Amino acid sequence: MSAAAIPALSVRDAHKRFGAVHALKGVSLDAFRGQVLALLGDNGAGKSTLVRCISGVHALDEGELLLDGEAVSLSTPAQARRAGIETVYQDLALFDNLTPAQNFYCGREISFPKWLPRPLRFLNAPAMDREAASVIDRLKVRLPKFDAPVALMSGGQRQAIAVARATVFARNVVILDEPTAALGLRESRKVLDLVHQLRDEGNAVILITHNMEHVIELADRAVVLRQGQKVGELKPDRANQQELVSMIVGAEG
Amino acid sequence: MLDTARQRDVSSGAPASGRTPSGAKISAVTVGLKMLNFGPLLILAVLVAVFALLTPNFLKPGNLSNILAQTAVIAIVAMGQQLVILTRGIDLSVGANLALATVVGGLVFRATDGSGFMVILAMLLAGTVVGLINGLVFVFGRLPHPFIITLATLSICRGLALQFSINNTTMRGMPDVVLVLGQTSAFGVPNSFYVVLGMALIVLVMTKYMVWGRWTYAVGGNPKAAVEMGVSVKWVLVSTYAFAGLCAGIGAVVLSGRTGASSPLYGTLLELDTIAAVIIGGASFLGGRGHIGHALIGALMIGVIRNALNLLNVGVFYQMIAIGVIIVVAVEADVLRSYLEGRARNQAARAQ
Repeated sequence: MSAAAIPALSVRDAHKRFGAVHALKGVSLDAFRGQVLALLGDNGAGKSTLVRCISGVHALDEGELLLDGEAVSLSTPAQARRAGIETVYQDLALFDNLTPAQNFYCGREISFPKWLPRPLRFLNAPAMDREAASVIDRLKVRLPKFDAPVALMSGGQRQAIAVARATVFARNVVILDEPTAALGLRESRKVLDLVHQLRDEGNAVILITHNMEHVIELADRAVVLRQGQKVGELKPDRANQQELVSMIVGAEG
Repeated sequence: MLDTARQRDVSSGAPASGRTPSGAKISAVTVGLKMLNFGPLLILAVLVAVFALLTPNFLKPGNLSNILAQTAVIAIVAMGQQLVILTRGIDLSVGANLALATVVGGLVFRATDGSGFMVILAMLLAGTVVGLINGLVFVFGRLPHPFIITLATLSICRGLALQFSINNTTMRGMPDVVLVLGQTSAFGVPNSFYVVLGMALIVLVMTKYMVWGRWTYAVGGNPKAAVEMGVSVKWVLVSTYAFAGLCAGIGAVVLSGRTGASSPLYGTLLELDTIAAVIIGGASFLGGRGHIGHALIGALMIGVIRNALNLLNVGVFYQMIAIGVIIVVAVEADVLRSYLEGRARNQAARAQ
């Protein structure tokens, strides 16, 4: 793990304004392959804005994004995903009426013939089912029925499907926005296992969470945002947990 | 905080220990969902059986052929409506669109000395253009819902059809090709039924085997997620409304073939018939659920009810009441389905 080399993703001096609101005021961070970076901060600290900028939903006003050391511009979600950045949104962005495999490939279906515009191509359903099944298998996600619509599955299963979808296509960076917020203890555990695997497969993982236990357990580094600025970066452990919380709420004095 | 989480976990674990009853309930819910899926077909079968018992004429080949011919126009237009409803929309303009298309066809018939090709092309084109306008204004006019724009085009199309038809009323005459499509039969089945069959085949391939179809389901299932997953939601919607317009155009060809005429009064309340067909066929009014079979079964159900009640000399008002009652049943079945799916979801969580 030559993490000391070039970060998979670097954000340099990012600024973002929404009208009068200055949501990001010069944030910089690095995410390395094979590491979990926790992105912490109170509500309104700028975490979600930063994530949206990285995943192509918003464009930065100032500053730059570097992938493997090269400056890139990501102005649409499709571009970000083509660059190997996958995002697991807090609301999961699943299609209740589609099966897990159909969810996996929605928007980038395996299809033929290539010379037709994408909407007019024919679906290669067997290939998608096969690929999706192998990923589900590899990630040890247990689903009751593979050909049932996602609507029939539990919160944990749905979360696992959303995370697994990201793993199919992630080649560089995976961003998880509060992946355990709505889950019970056992279901959270499964999702955290998936985060482990994503990291072990060589992705740079950015994890947004309010759960300090998860941060200490999973994260190699933690970046704390407050009011659109980076106020700290450290390696989280039991000893500095209190310090971390103080940074988040702004009480370190 | 951790403690409460642990407590919750323990308490939610408790019901799972009673393993056999929870397993039995899962199958009951699954069976219920399966039944609902086949419900419309079941109701249709029951209706046919009951009508066959009540009136011996119902099952005669001549009458069955009649039903198919009477159902064809609703079925064709309902297929377009079904796709629109699938994407969480509604198209109120299809009936007026059909009327305008027949009038355009009738005018072209007079202008081209009866060229069948030109008349059919004109009707299909007229229908598609109106659908395209619906889609473009809805999407790029940033309207929150297609109800208003399609209501507007309903009014506009009906007005145009009345204004530009000769003497503002029905115009006799259609080219032979169109008459053959609408009036004659092959192998004992009306030709219009083959049009329905061909359309159904095309729509089936588009929705089940093409990326476009998958995207219409995605847009209907979760429009926000579709954007995030890189689906071009706007063009999916525009093309869906354009296709619904094309279906109205094809319906216009069949209807003017059957009547040998074009009229600005055709297709009155057809929008409601097609919406009813889609819903009583079993598609969800909330979008994302349903397939072409639903539109066809629903259209056939409406045709069967009207035909049989006619044979039984039941007044047309009672037909309206009967169809209304079936709509209520269908919508409640959709509600029940959502409820059962919620139950299934809870059971899946507990089974873990």
